[in-house]
Amino acid sequence: MDFDFTDDQKAIQGEARKLLAARCDRHQVRKLLDAKAPYDAGLWATFAENGYLGTAIAERHGGLGLGRVTQCVIAEELGRALAPLPVSSSLYLAAEALMLAGDDAIQAEVLPQLASGEKIGTLALAERMRPLHALDHLECRVVDGRLRGEKLPVPHAQIADFAVVVADHEGTGAGVFWVDLRQAGVECTALPTVDSGQPQARLLFSNVPARLLHADAAAIVPKLLDRAAVYLAFEQIGGATAALELSCDYARIRKAFGRPIGSFQGIKHKLADMYTKIELARSNAFYAAWALEADAPELPLAAAAARLAATDAYEFAAKETIQTHGGIGATWEADPHLFYRRARALQSLLDSGPAWRDRLVDALHSQFAA
Amino acid sequence: MDFSDTPEEARFRSEARAWLESVAKPRDASSSFAIGQETGEFEAEFPAQRAWQQKKYDAGFGAIYFPTEFGGRGGSSLDNMTFMQEEARFDVPVTAHFMIVNRGCCSLLMRHGTPEQKKVIPASLRADSVWCQLFSEPGAGSDLAGLRTRAERDGDDWVINGQKIWTSNAQIADWGVLIARTDPTVPKHKGLTFFMLDMKSAGIECRPIKQLTGASNFNEVFLNDVRIPDTHRIGGVNEGWKVTVSFLAGERSNIAIKELMPLIGGIAELARRTTINGRPAIEDGEVRAKLASFYVREAGVRFTVQRMLTALSRGEEPGPEITIGKYTLANLVQEMTAFALDLQHAAGAVMAPDFAPFSAVFQDEWFGSVIDRLGGGTDEVLKNVVGDRILGLPADVRVDKNIPFNQTGAQG
Repeated sequence: MDFDFTDDQKAIQGEARKLLAARCDRHQVRKLLDAKAPYDAGLWATFAENGYLGTAIAERHGGLGLGRVTQCVIAEELGRALAPLPVSSSLYLAAEALMLAGDDAIQAEVLPQLASGEKIGTLALAERMRPLHALDHLECRVVDGRLRGEKLPVPHAQIADFAVVVADHEGTGAGVFWVDLRQAGVECTALPTVDSGQPQARLLFSNVPARLLHADAAAIVPKLLDRAAVYLAFEQIGGATAALELSCDYARIRKAFGRPIGSFQGIKHKLADMYTKIELARSNAFYAAWALEADAPELPLAAAAARLAATDAYEFAAKETIQTHGGIGATWEADPHLFYRRARALQSLLDSGPAWRDRLVDALHSQFAA
Repeated sequence: MDFSDTPEEARFRSEARAWLESVAKPRDASSSFAIGQETGEFEAEFPAQRAWQQKKYDAGFGAIYFPTEFGGRGGSSLDNMTFMQEEARFDVPVTAHFMIVNRGCCSLLMRHGTPEQKKVIPASLRADSVWCQLFSEPGAGSDLAGLRTRAERDGDDWVINGQKIWTSNAQIADWGVLIARTDPTVPKHKGLTFFMLDMKSAGIECRPIKQLTGASNFNEVFLNDVRIPDTHRIGGVNEGWKVTVSFLAGERSNIAIKELMPLIGGIAELARRTTINGRPAIEDGEVRAKLASFYVREAGVRFTVQRMLTALSRGEEPGPEITIGKYTLANLVQEMTAFALDLQHAAGAVMAPDFAPFSAVFQDEWFGSVIDRLGGGTDEVLKNVVGDRILGLPADVRVDKNIPFNQTGAQG
C-alpha cells in the first residue's frame, strides 16, 4: 500500500499551483465575474500549452498519458484557484464519455482536439429537474438518426464545439450520441447561473444529425458520473481548502473584544470542523482516485463517498467562511462569495446529495453481501 | 497511489489470516460486532481478553510494530493495521481497551525510559503486566496541567500524596504511569514530573466508580504517602509535561484506529429486519441517507489512518493531524448506535439481551459511546489542538499560564 501521490505528481501539482497563482489570482477571477465571461480564453491557451489538458489522455491520442491520478492533483489546483476554465466539461465529462462509449475512430479524431484544447466538449445529459442518473423516458429523442428536443442546463455549452448527448434512441431506451454544436439546427442560449465561472446554457436541437456512440446509456452514464465525481471531488477539496485558509487568515488578524477572533472557541471550533470535513473528504478522494486509476470494482462506492464528503466539506467551508468574515463577508467586494458560488455550482453540476447517497448504499450492500 | 497490498504485504496478510483461521471462528455479520468500548462486566471478561492477547503475542501478532529486542515482531505500523483488519473478521475477545494503555506505556518507555525501566516492556506487551494511567484528578481534567498530586523528594524516593480519577483498570493493574507536581512555585506546566508506579505499593487505594452504564471500569485512586524510587522517574525532574504530551498524542492515534465497518453492517442488517411505514426500513430515504453518512465518515477516518501509515512508512513524523479521527469516531459511534435504537422502535429501550435485537449490543455501545468522547481528550480540547497546532490560530487567553502554581488559587 502506498496511499499518497508520487513525487512526480506532487511536482506537477506544484507547477500547476504556481501557474494558476500567477495567471489566475482572485483579482483575475473577479474580473471575469464582473464581465460575466464564461471562461478565461487566455488562461485556457496557456493551460493547454503546458500540457495540462492532455494529462489523462493516452499518448496515442495526443495526450501525455500521465494517468487519472495526475489529473486529480491538477483538479485540486483548479478548484483552489476557482479557475474559470471548462476543464470539467471538456475533460471529466466529454473526454471520459468518449473513452467509455466511443469507438476507435471517434477517439482518434476527437481526443487529440480535447488534449490540445483546440476544441471544447461537454456533456448534454440534464433535462431540467430530472436527476442525472434517471435515463427513462428522456424528452430529447433521436428519430431516424436525427436529434430533437431540449437539454438544460448544459455546462459550458455556449463555448463548446460538440456535445456528448444522452437521448432516447429510436424509442428503444437511452443511447449516447456525438453531436456537433456548430451546425444549423442547434440553438444555444446562455443562462445566468449562480457562478458565471461555471456557466450553463440551454440547447435546443431541431432534427440535427447525431452519431451513435453507444446504444445503452445505462451502461455508460453511471460509470461516467463516477469518474467525473472523483475529479470534481478534488476540485471541491481544493476550493474548500482555499476557503479555510482565507477564514484562518482573517481569524488571525480580525480583533473583537481585544483579541483575535480566532482565539474564541466559537470561531476556532468552527474552523476545526471545516478542517475535519476537508480532511475526511480528502482521504475519501484519495481512495476514489486509486479506484479510478485502477478501474477497481470499488469505484461506485468510493466515488459516491468522495462526492458526498467533498460536497459537504465545500458547502460547509463556503458558508462558514462568509460567517467567519461577518458583515464584510456578505459584500460583493470581499472574496467569500466566490467560494459560495463555486461550491453550489459544483454541487448542482453532478447531482446533489440524495442520488449519490442512494448509490452509495447500493454499493455498500454489495460489499456486505460479498 | 496504490491501495493494493505489495507482495510482501500480501504475504503477511495471508500469514495472519491463516493463523487466525487456525485459532478463531469467523464472525458473521449478524452476530457480534461489539467494538468493546467501556461496556460490560470488565472483570469477568478480562481473563479471556488477556489470554487472547497472550496467544497473539506468542504467535508473533501481539506486538507487531515493536522492535524484536523488546519482544515485538519488528514489523511496521502498516502490518499492525493489516492484522487488525484481518482480526476484525473473527469472533475474538477485544483487547484494545487495556492494550492501548499498555502499548502507550511501552512506547513511552522506549523513548524516555532507562535501560532498567525498559526491562518491563516484553511482559507488558504480552499483557502479563497491565498498566493504568494516573493523570486526571477531580480538579484537573481537560486542564490536566492544573493537577495537584504532590511528589516530594525523600532520600532516594519520592513520596506521593493526592487523588487521581477516571483511571481504567487500576484495580487490576501492575503498573501505573503517574504525573505529579514536584515544584508548585513555578507556573503549572513547569513543575510536573512523570513516574512509573508499582501499583502494589503501600498507600494506594482504588475505589471503583460506577459509570452511567452500571459497570465499573474506572476508579478513583487515592495515594497516601506512596513511595516511588527515583529510579522509576521517567524523564527529568520538572520535565513531566513534555512526556505527558507525547504520551497523549499516541493515545489519540490509537483511538482513531478502530474497525467500525462491522457496526455499520449491523445497522444495515437491522434496517433489513425492521420496517418504517409498512416498508423495510432499508428502503426508507432517511435510513439510506444516514447509512451513507456513517460510511462516509468511517471511511474518511479509515483512509486518513492509511495516509498516516504511508507517511510513517516513509519515515515522516506523525503530526497532530490524526486528532480529527478521535473525535470523529467517538461522535460517529454515538450517532450510529442512537440511530440503531431508533430503528428498533419501542424495543430500542429494552436492555435484556434475550429480547433486544443483537443481544442489546447497540444499547450497550450507545451507553459506552459517551466515554469515548471524553477519554483521551474531550472533543472540545481536541478541537483546540486542531485550531492551535494545525490551523495556527491564536491560543485562547490562559489567565494562569505564567503565574506560579501556588499563587493561582488552585491549591485547595
